[in-house]
Amino acid sequence: MPLTFRKYLVLAGITIFSTAGDSLLARGMKDFGNINLSLHNLPGLLLAIVNPWVAAGILSLLAFFSCYMSALSWADLTYVLPATSLSYVLVAFVGHFSLHETISPMRWLGIALIACGVGFVAAGPSLTHRHVPPDQGSHEVATAPVSREAQS
Amino acid sequence: MNDLYTWGAIGLVILASTTGDVLLSYSMKRVGDVGELWKQRGMLVVLGRVLTTPTFALGLGAMAVAFYSLLFGLSWGNLSLVVPASASLTFVANALAARIFLHERVGRRRWIAALLVAAGVLLMAF
Repeated sequence: MPLTFRKYLVLAGITIFSTAGDSLLARGMKDFGNINLSLHNLPGLLLAIVNPWVAAGILSLLAFFSCYMSALSWADLTYVLPATSLSYVLVAFVGHFSLHETISPMRWLGIALIACGVGFVAAGPSLTHRHVPPDQGSHEVATAPVSREAQS
Repeated sequence: MNDLYTWGAIGLVILASTTGDVLLSYSMKRVGDVGELWKQRGMLVVLGRVLTTPTFALGLGAMAVAFYSLLFGLSWGNLSLVVPASASLTFVANALAARIFLHERVGRRRWIAALLVAAGVLLMAF
């Protein structure tokens, strides 16, 4: 069953929101300097969520988690994880363009390998084993089984 | 000695996040396609069904363990070792665990994808 446009949007959402969330959190936490984990610092850590960068980061990560759970409800774990691993590439680009980090040749090689991996898994089937939810079994059972040979 | 702690933390991150991913994936497969469910029954039914799936809470707990193990790992080891090592090995561990526990058909295509991504993530450290 090919993925619909909506499902591709959800996969893109995982990639983009996880990158945005991590980047925003990293930017926000820079305002606080080095924090030692101790009870003494707890009020400061709790106050961190009123920092606009941190708040936006948390919202992004919530959006990421919703998209991730949505994708897992209709696709295999071994499909979703590689298909959304472009977020590692996006993080490198965010670091390059907004934090002026350099991308070394080894990193470019890494980016190329990840992109190949994404292409490999995206061209295959998204769901190979269908769990039947307890109360909607009637219309979910009638899917053709994918043979082990067909997709390897 | 610190090396041992660092690799211990990396191992715990891999174990906990793989457990979490498998449990969350299992839970969401039980819930069913949330897009369809949302259209037919509304958002509250989706939220209710997700939150009342016991394995979902277990999965979230495992993810929390993974997150804190990562923090401890980062306090003992280098960022450029801990993050890529745990992330890339988690891809491989997830492929194994999904095959064993979720009965996903991890064919040649998916193995190659998982290994390419794992190698790529590892290279991002340099």
